Amino acid sequence: MKKNKQKFFSRPESMYDRLTHYCPGCGHGIIHRLICEAVDELKIREKVIAIAPVGCAVLAYDYWDFDCIEAAHGRALAVATGIKRVRPENIVFTYQGDGDLAAIGTAETIHTANRGENLTVIFVNNAVYGMTGGQMAPTTLLGQKTATTPRGRDNKNEGFPLKISEMLAILDGVKYVERVSVSSPQEIIKAKKAVKQAFQNQVDGLGFSLVEVLSSCPTYWGMKPKQAMDWIKEVMAKRFPLGRLK
Amino acid sequence: MSKEAKKFLITGNEAIAEAAIQAGCRFYAGYPITPQNEVPTYMSRRMPEVGGVFIQAESELAAINMVFGASAAGTRAMTSSSSPGISLKQEGISYLAGCQLPAVIVNIMRGGPGLGNIAPAQSDYFQATKGGGHGDYRCIVLAPSTVQEAVDLTALAFDLADKYRNPVIVLGDGMLGQMMEPVEKFKMPALPAGRQNLKCKTDKKLWELSGAKNRKPRIIRSLFLGEGVLENWNKALQNKYRKIESEEKRYEGFHLDDSKIILVAYGTMARVAKEAMREARSHGIKVGLIRPISLWPFPAEPFLKLSGKIKRFLVVEMSAGQMIEDVRLAVEGRAKVDFYGRTGGSIPSKEEILRQITLINK
Ligand SMILES: Cc1ncc(C[n+]2csc(CCOP(=O)(O)OP(=O)(O)O)c2C)c(N)n1
Ligand code: SF4
Repeated sequence: MKKNKQKFFSRPESMYDRLTHYCPGCGHGIIHRLICEAVDELKIREKVIAIAPVGCAVLAYDYWDFDCIEAAHGRALAVATGIKRVRPENIVFTYQGDGDLAAIGTAETIHTANRGENLTVIFVNNAVYGMTGGQMAPTTLLGQKTATTPRGRDNKNEGFPLKISEMLAILDGVKYVERVSVSSPQEIIKAKKAVKQAFQNQVDGLGFSLVEVLSSCPTYWGMKPKQAMDWIKEVMAKRFPLGRLK
Repeated sequence: MSKEAKKFLITGNEAIAEAAIQAGCRFYAGYPITPQNEVPTYMSRRMPEVGGVFIQAESELAAINMVFGASAAGTRAMTSSSSPGISLKQEGISYLAGCQLPAVIVNIMRGGPGLGNIAPAQSDYFQATKGGGHGDYRCIVLAPSTVQEAVDLTALAFDLADKYRNPVIVLGDGMLGQMMEPVEKFKMPALPAGRQNLKCKTDKKLWELSGAKNRKPRIIRSLFLGEGVLENWNKALQNKYRKIESEEKRYEGFHLDDSKIILVAYGTMARVAKEAMREARSHGIKVGLIRPISLWPFPAEPFLKLSGKIKRFLVVEMSAGQMIEDVRLAVEGRAKVDFYGRTGGSIPSKEEILRQITLINK
């Protein structure tokens, strides 16, 4: 048996060996790793330029071993457009939360997608604003309690959860949209495949590719890590159906 | 001087655009707004000819952030707008300053506040010179008063932006942007089309993002959470600003040796002030003019030097009085400083300025 000792799982090379600042059970760390795995497998680390959002993941560059830049809250895709147009040979991606991509940055998101920029977008939907203390996000579910919807989100006052991926999928400029989740090892394997596809598309020059990842925020959902993962599967994924949208 | 150095007619806006191209600018993003529309229009035609990028952005917010990205990627990048659009760009300008990224921002000012009107004005002086966005930062601000000078200062703006890794604002007004004036033939040859021209022509930028090949990853950021880290970063910024203050002050002076009254005006307003100065002198009134060219850093020295000697400074602006605050600071209370200005697109006339001179001279 000893002879056949095989390594099945390890830290990706382009990820630093470092403890993250994320809360226990947070999905950000998993998604960071999936990105690094895809980058390693596609052998693009030396070409990658990442745009970190304003949100819990602003310090993503503390964990990634490639070039990174911070964008102002919501402006990541405008910054990405500037970089990619100047350096089309590089692989440029944004990593954005739901507040960043679907509230303050909605215009940049829609117009970058509509221009068909050859970019990769990793969109982390955790249904709240993590960094600022768990306020309502555009993707907060109806009835979900947050710091600013203490009685639960009511569409009469706060509108409906925004399905921005569905909106983007109808745009002519968009090549690829898929919604995945990190709620279980099986789902994580699917998520990894989608993330890799979104990078592969850029390598192949195919155009705007976005992966929405349903992710956990146990801290502001007021749940234990396991409970949070179950909530993604049982509640969140019902409102935000998983699968390929385009 | 060579005999071929012929002149040709061009609007201020188009001259700024071409000067930017000649200075190696290979990325432009903007959003239409009067009275600067000739800049994006010109760029949309010209950028592809030189292998550069033109993007009509979805907003001024997007435009400045595209410039932020292009600059981080190492190219010479520019955006232009007019007052309301420049307000929207302030967040991005603050991030450029915080991340120490070079960029050129052209503001062809119009009347404000709010939507105001589309007539020439100088009411964004505070915004340009005192920060505009959040945080302790400064932009270098250059104020041309002729189309030729707009060409020269646009080229200088790119050099200063790269030299100091800092945003530079070219501050004109609707009059300068729209009028046609003769300009010397651009000396630089047209650059051939091609990707290689996307890179800036100046020194290698050791901070630009290009992919971490055979080197450590680079990070461009303005977030510093560790204790004292942001303060140290800010100290470095402030040291840079002090260096800019000591090396980049620019102004033009007329009759500073024998004048009793010194007019102070910049940009379009300085042209009218110069006429008033000439006329006053023809009537025997000893009037001079200081025309600040860099509004930040503000050229304080001539003011301090003249303070004890002259009767009065008369600041003339197309605003309710903004640059006058810098003149007062420069004078340090040692001379009287008067003001005459008009707003909302009205430009003080030569006659109006002469009337003020006569009042002071009594
Ligand atoms: C212009 C601006 N407005 C507001 C903020 C404060 N802010 C920081 S992060 C954030 C929202 C973060 O939520 P999200 O994008 O969903 O990311 P998460 O933290 O949940 O990962 C807000 C509102 C800011 N930094 N800048
Ligand atoms: S607050 Fe939420 S999103 Fe932010 S690190 Fe903690 S668990 Fe993750």
